Amino acid sequence: MFLLLLVTAIISLTLGKYPVPLQDTARYFLFRIFGVGNISPEYYQILGNLLVDIRMPRILAAILIGASLSVSGAAFQAMFVNPLVSPGLLGVLAGASFGAALGMVFSKTWLAVQACSFLFGFAAVLIAVGIAKMHKGNTILLLVLGGVISGALFTSLLSIIKYIADPYNQLPAIVQWLMGGLSLVDRSTIFAVGVPQVVSIIMIILFSGYLNALSMGDEEARALGIPVEWVRMLLIFLATVMSALTVVVAGMIGWVGLIIPHVARMLVGPNNKVLIPASALIGAIYLVVVDDVSRLLFNVEIPIGITTSLIGIPFFAFILKKAKRGWN
Amino acid sequence: MKPLIRAKGITFGYTDKPVLRNIDFTIAEGEIVTLLGPNGCGKSTLIKIMLGLLRPGKGTVFFNGTDIAHVTAKSLAREIAYVPQIHKSSFPYAVIDVVLMGRIPHKTFFFRYSKEDMDIACDALERLSIPHLAERPYTDISGGERQLTLIARALAQGARTFIMDEPASGLDYGNQLRLLEQIINLSREGYTFIKSTHSPEHALWIADRAIMIKGGVIVADGACDDVISNERLFHLYNARVSVMKLNGSLRVCVPESICGCMAFGATG
Repeated sequence: MFLLLLVTAIISLTLGKYPVPLQDTARYFLFRIFGVGNISPEYYQILGNLLVDIRMPRILAAILIGASLSVSGAAFQAMFVNPLVSPGLLGVLAGASFGAALGMVFSKTWLAVQACSFLFGFAAVLIAVGIAKMHKGNTILLLVLGGVISGALFTSLLSIIKYIADPYNQLPAIVQWLMGGLSLVDRSTIFAVGVPQVVSIIMIILFSGYLNALSMGDEEARALGIPVEWVRMLLIFLATVMSALTVVVAGMIGWVGLIIPHVARMLVGPNNKVLIPASALIGAIYLVVVDDVSRLLFNVEIPIGITTSLIGIPFFAFILKKAKRGWN
Repeated sequence: MKPLIRAKGITFGYTDKPVLRNIDFTIAEGEIVTLLGPNGCGKSTLIKIMLGLLRPGKGTVFFNGTDIAHVTAKSLAREIAYVPQIHKSSFPYAVIDVVLMGRIPHKTFFFRYSKEDMDIACDALERLSIPHLAERPYTDISGGERQLTLIARALAQGARTFIMDEPASGLDYGNQLRLLEQIINLSREGYTFIKSTHSPEHALWIADRAIMIKGGVIVADGACDDVISNERLFHLYNARVSVMKLNGSLRVCVPESICGCMAFGATG
């Protein structure tokens, strides 16, 4: 599956408004890395700009985001003992969207927008967890309720921002951001965001053995010797970092975190030790492909959030029938 | 016999109203103890306290002389296994993966299951005569098979004390009997069982001892044959039942009210 991801990524490099034949891509990289072969300087320049500066960061971003959303989705589904849960459960996506919109209205620099988005993504989850902590009782249920409250809060705050935003410049920017897109990705962002995302993914993969037991419910997990509260908070923290960063890079991208774990479950079964890594790879492949579709299907690029939903929804409806058997 | 679990002055309430008051008992190694009591009497709460899932408001639970509040969940899990009521998992894990969860208390943080863990899990399935279920999805097998899977997980856990919350509930008649057989078999190997049940007969058939709880206090504690009597069952469940001795040593419960109706129907 890792090979498949590699192949998808390489093919994606060649695709675009200005298609680069596979041989030329290969020649470019051979020349660049090993100094083998010969390419005319102008063509080398163009290819460098196209492949390394524009397409590569974009493909890397798609891989990271696809993997992050799918892994946090799969982890949440196990942790909350519910296969219909998605990474936005605790309000992180709503919070981060609000943060980004706030940044766009009140700040001029892109970095501020990104920082604001990340911070509010985190704040939303903190509010959800805080609400759950205030009460005694079924922690899972309280967390879900806390997430609903916090998500609703930030969604309405987002509406306020949209309402007061300048309708000629800011509002369209916000709306487009919320539809998701990888066109603003640059190399420095990818490196800044990629490291924590990769670390989080690896951490969750390492913890995946606990996820099986957590998905049997809190009491059983604890009776199996797992410090449930502690592990859950750590997993929520990791998932929040990952998901908030996807919004920072590419806005709201829906459905990936919900459907990819299901696809992975159909392919490799429900054991989280296998499922989590598989979700990461499948999510990465899926988002790279969907981004190619977004770029190529029409003359104008379609926001990737729309494409993921349009491809994801019929697909989800289709697998629902097959997956249902394992649920009840 | 060596005392294994000792509850001392346990009082607990979810709110201000206590669910359990001043619970005291000592359970010896190798005993089969049945908790009896009407719905809402505090049986499940007591089970959760013995497992360390709930902290008692007052009082202490000792395991092998140590206060379980001072023991980590992990080391407690190596000694005491929880066999919950049968439930349907949300995810169709293979039976063997469910049994392997029992190995978690023996693992460090970022673990992989070793060949040894696999062998222990397979061995547990073997002991309960269900090795053929290993690769089946846990969600697809019958209730009785699921209960056996959970017991296999407890065996794989390596614990010698099993705490079971109404293990027979939701099982059909045959599976209930097979479950009781398994408990007797394991008890002969020295395992200790603490289980709650709604069926006094299950206590009469396999348990050494019954603890009766009503309204959050222990109303009787002793050998099943002594404790389970017509009067006590009436007090506990508000139902008139005759405990009868069959030819052998086995005792059964016969509900008087239903017998009465039948007698009336026959003569009328």
